[in-house]
Amino acid sequence: MTTTLPAYDEVVARYEPVIGLETHVELGTNTKMWCGCPTDFGGEPNTRVCPVCLGLPGSLPVANKAAIEAIIRIGLALNCSIAEWCRFARKNYFYPDMPKNFQISQYDEPICVDGYLDVEVGGETVRIEIERVHLEEDTGKTLHVGGATGRIHGATESLVDYNRAGIPLVEIVTKPIPGTGALAPEVARAYVTELRDVIRTLGVSDVRMEEGSLRCDVNTSLNLPGAEWGTRTETKNVNSLRSVERAVRSEMLRQASVLDAGGRITQETRHFHEDTGDTTPGRSKETATDYRYFPEPDLVPIAPDPAWVAELKAALPELPRVHRRRLQQQWGLSDLDMQSVLNAGAVELIEATVAAGTTPAAARKWWLGELSRRANESGVELAEIGATPAQVAELQGLVDAGKLNDKMARTVLEGVVDGEGSPTEIMTNRGLEVVSDTGALTVAVDEAIAANPAIADKIRSGKVAAVGALVGAVMKTTRGQADAKTLRELILERLGVQG
Amino acid sequence: MAAISREEVAHLARLSRLAVTEEELDMFAGQLDVILQAVAQVGEVAAADIPPTSHSVPLTNIFREDVVTPCLTPQEALSGAPDAEDQRFRVPRILTEDVAS
Repeated sequence: MTTTLPAYDEVVARYEPVIGLETHVELGTNTKMWCGCPTDFGGEPNTRVCPVCLGLPGSLPVANKAAIEAIIRIGLALNCSIAEWCRFARKNYFYPDMPKNFQISQYDEPICVDGYLDVEVGGETVRIEIERVHLEEDTGKTLHVGGATGRIHGATESLVDYNRAGIPLVEIVTKPIPGTGALAPEVARAYVTELRDVIRTLGVSDVRMEEGSLRCDVNTSLNLPGAEWGTRTETKNVNSLRSVERAVRSEMLRQASVLDAGGRITQETRHFHEDTGDTTPGRSKETATDYRYFPEPDLVPIAPDPAWVAELKAALPELPRVHRRRLQQQWGLSDLDMQSVLNAGAVELIEATVAAGTTPAAARKWWLGELSRRANESGVELAEIGATPAQVAELQGLVDAGKLNDKMARTVLEGVVDGEGSPTEIMTNRGLEVVSDTGALTVAVDEAIAANPAIADKIRSGKVAAVGALVGAVMKTTRGQADAKTLRELILERLGVQG
Repeated sequence: MAAISREEVAHLARLSRLAVTEEELDMFAGQLDVILQAVAQVGEVAAADIPPTSHSVPLTNIFREDVVTPCLTPQEALSGAPDAEDQRFRVPRILTEDVAS
């Protein structure tokens, strides 16, 4: 089906978007939520299971204290109120990803409520209201086997691995976010980025979207200005920060084309496709009442001691927003410059590069220049580009030592991104070193002067600007391996002219 | 008036993926109705100042330390499974529901 989508500018001129985000974070505890099975990633199937997480008869869950502490810290960092008393709830559904036929979650009594997270978009602060933060358990992984296994009726089987079943999962739900207009996709991305950074700062999860320890569902609706909010869709399978932005945008365009044609939006779950950037309808969801939630009888309520909560609050680390403000001052950046660093996802990278001995200006130049360009071209996050802060610092060190000029440094950096090794190795392997042997350079300069007597005369008569032509000539003979500044001085010196 | 309708029973059966015949629907609707009516009598004596009981013991904050304990071997884990393949539980696929929540 090919429908021509309207232009984005037209869509946001005609409609107002409302977005909402549900984010799942797998906690980095040693053990699962209700049992002592380890949570490490990538074990052989069904090697991290026990009677509790398999839901065997007679087994009883007991809450992991570290997970309770982690979610309270997340709630506090998101400015939430912490419930004085709350219960877990059973969410009943018949699907083999949970061996118990239910998932232990929280329903009407989440442990954290009514918070907010401030994010920066386009130089402005947007406050994202948090409705709730609750604790639940992750599900197992189902593998559907079909014709590929060679069985005639194979398409009706699923193979299940319960290693992940029972890993503590925190769900963070925003209130609906209206009023962001054309910025809605950016706001969505900025929120998930900030949330990821907050949680990483707390050290309670590795929050890696590509490994699934941070997962995001995006709700989107459109309405005419002044009208009631439209019907929303929920987009799942959004597996990168970039995809969060793309998913909102693509769903806004799709909904606008349906509404423009006089159609209605169906409330449904849709799937985001990384390759095309489109969404397609997913399974029809059971409604909340179909889950027949009821208080979990096997777990006693939680009543966090206010003194403990106060202690956790006092011990919260410096949060990313405050941290960034401090860095901005240290680096001497304007709000706008800091925003571009933030947009590029470069704050931590620059910070680490500076820590490795580079000046803030030089670190920013590499990460926002060459490396951001490469990241955009290949559609990956800057942090995944393949160059580390240590390598960038090493590269700048070579520049500072006069071993690489700017152009050569770029070439070396390309090599680093392409996995050729460390900057020093690449410099050596590719024979890219500034000719600092003045003897060799002097010979090249003298040759250039002899070959261009007219230009040499011009310079001698005071037209110093003409020196560029000789610099170019020497660069050519030395294959660009000379430092332009040194070279310029050397030429003037040989001609007996003051720079 | 019945406490549960035949349609509600059919809906619950669908949620539980139970294939229930028309005759069984009639039978279960009747039986469940008797049970629900009996339970409803308890509701009649509960005054507004009595909160619904979810836990019979007045305990809170029972936690466990975050310490790894031994797991079952995959052989033990799969020993009670009706079917297994590639060290995984093998179950009938729930058609039309490709993706878990």
